[in-house]
Amino acid sequence: MNWSDLLGLLRIALHAMVPITLTAVGEIVGETAGLFNIGLEGILLISAFAGAVGAKIGGPWMGFLIGAGVGAAIGFLFAVINTYWKGTQMVTGIGINLFAMGFVAFGLIQLGAPGFYAVPQAAQLAKWRTGMGAMSPIIVVALVLPFLIHWFMRRTRAGLMLKAAGEMPEAADVAGVNVNRMRLLAATFGGMLAGIAGAYMSIAWIGSVTKDLSAGRGFIALATVVFSGLNPLLALLGGFIFGFFQGLAEWVKTLPSKPIPFQFVSMLPYIVTLLVVSGAIGRVRFPKALGEPYKRE
Amino acid sequence: MSLNPFGNSRLLRGARRTLTGLHPALESLLAAVIGLLIGALLMYIWGFDPWKAYWALLQGAYGGSYEWASTLSRATPLILTALTFSVCVRAGMFNIGAEGQMLVGAMAAICVTYFAMPSGIHLLIGLVFAAAAGAAWSIVPALLKITRGVSEVISTIMFNWIGRWLALYLAIYVIVDPQRAEKTLTVPVTARFPILVRGTDFSYAFFLSLFVALVLYFILWHTTMGYEVRAAGLNPTAARYGGIRNKRTMIVSFLLGGAAAGLAGAAIVMGMPPSYAAFGGGAFPNLTNIGFDGMAVAMVGRNHPIGIIAAAVLFGGLNAGGRVMQFYGSNPVPLEMVRIVMGAIVLAMSVPELIRLFPAIRKQGQSLMRLLRKKGASSEEGST
Repeated sequence: MNWSDLLGLLRIALHAMVPITLTAVGEIVGETAGLFNIGLEGILLISAFAGAVGAKIGGPWMGFLIGAGVGAAIGFLFAVINTYWKGTQMVTGIGINLFAMGFVAFGLIQLGAPGFYAVPQAAQLAKWRTGMGAMSPIIVVALVLPFLIHWFMRRTRAGLMLKAAGEMPEAADVAGVNVNRMRLLAATFGGMLAGIAGAYMSIAWIGSVTKDLSAGRGFIALATVVFSGLNPLLALLGGFIFGFFQGLAEWVKTLPSKPIPFQFVSMLPYIVTLLVVSGAIGRVRFPKALGEPYKRE
Repeated sequence: MSLNPFGNSRLLRGARRTLTGLHPALESLLAAVIGLLIGALLMYIWGFDPWKAYWALLQGAYGGSYEWASTLSRATPLILTALTFSVCVRAGMFNIGAEGQMLVGAMAAICVTYFAMPSGIHLLIGLVFAAAAGAAWSIVPALLKITRGVSEVISTIMFNWIGRWLALYLAIYVIVDPQRAEKTLTVPVTARFPILVRGTDFSYAFFLSLFVALVLYFILWHTTMGYEVRAAGLNPTAARYGGIRNKRTMIVSFLLGGAAAGLAGAAIVMGMPPSYAAFGGGAFPNLTNIGFDGMAVAMVGRNHPIGIIAAAVLFGGLNAGGRVMQFYGSNPVPLEMVRIVMGAIVLAMSVPELIRLFPAIRKQGQSLMRLLRKKGASSEEGST
């Protein structure tokens, strides 16, 4: 492996990091407030599609806006079901994922591109020319956002209220925090970040939409949340690790000698996810009221 | 006490309350109606005629004996993957890995092509292969959960993807048809389920599904092991105090579920004409999503084997009818609408006591109950 290979690998790793870190940071906010959303995979998929459609109509930024809006809307729906309607978070998440698979497959047919929609070049977000090659500007967002969220959760009143809603909703309620509203806001924000991540995949990174564009990234993001122990800064690191192995898989695929069949190389990110998560558990503590609807006595 | 969010017993109890709620059949029916209405709304927005589409779907699913055969044939694998999900829910876990277990099971079943055997035994060996492969694919997530506390939601999904790539590798390089690179070897006639209704794709595999559902029902409700699995699912702490080894129940439920998912793969490659093979070239069109659809079936069937059979007839009907719907009329609705409806049904299912979201219905129900209670009280007074 020479120098330019290494740079290429780093470039792929940074690009692959973005959706996982953004989604994981959003989920960290949601889980801190007590909501556990396994529908992230579906949100990524739907917003990738919605973002591509938006970008076709009004350019890449419109695409991001629509992707974020769709993600936020699904996050909001998830939160309403699981706060005010006392739903079951696991089942809602599975429902979102199933719905997304059908919706995107259906939507691709309606776009006249069954199975595969290539986002036109004009609708894609232009990449910056840097010394390392073409880089998407969204990478900067993914690098900065975890620090902002970290600061927000540790240093602001709203951030502490968020924590209280997930840790001990009864006490938070007595202290005047509207627990359900807090959770609603957190899950909507988390959905919005997953929506941005989805739009990024279709219009700023891969440049196409397929039925399995998300390829388990929503669940890898959940694994990253476990790995991070709800620390956004570690989500950045976790996203980079998973991005790196995805980059490594892409790199091995391009080798002319084909040392390993690419089907086995493609397993790599998932195997690494399993290894990292099994190593991380044990030192991680989650909010006490995670996954439970809050009911006033 | 496990420190991951899925070890939280309160969460699981909450989940159980929804999944095995009070008026189960009614709520499932209501969720199905809501899902169909959401589908209708989306069809309307997209410029389709929802009533025409649903009429075609209904005709295609339950319009006659051919349609019923087609529906039951599609319900066959769904019953098995739904059992995978529900056995684990009964044990207090969310095994969403049926998709990978089913694919690996299908590949294992195709391997019987390498031996020549008398017809009944050949089929049986194939089923054993598939069940063993599915169970093997589920054991690692179970062990990771027990030894390392890794959430099964994450590990089973990772195993879905690993299993998918493994199956693709096998289908393209190992058990590939030497004449046609895009498909695997074809399962020989001696290892196929006989066709039940001539001219349809309805085979005896359906009875395999019914049999597995009954066996699991018997295990869960009429054996000590099943009792332990259900007790661990209801309240793991109490079960542990009661002397139940939770780790063992976890492994048992994963193995049973994995075997059922493996059999679902076998039911397709050994019992679903015309292909009797998997298509690695097209990324498994006849197998993909059977595992995920099974989860929807399990939830609508309230994680009960009998409920699952009923729900599978509904979802098998959606799939069979969807095939008719996609060619019906001048502006046909694509088959994918069916999965949108399934997702909407599951979303509706996730709201516990859905009925209470409709205050009018609730009020009417309450006044009816009051009336009945009054009547009951007065008749009691009359009799004494």
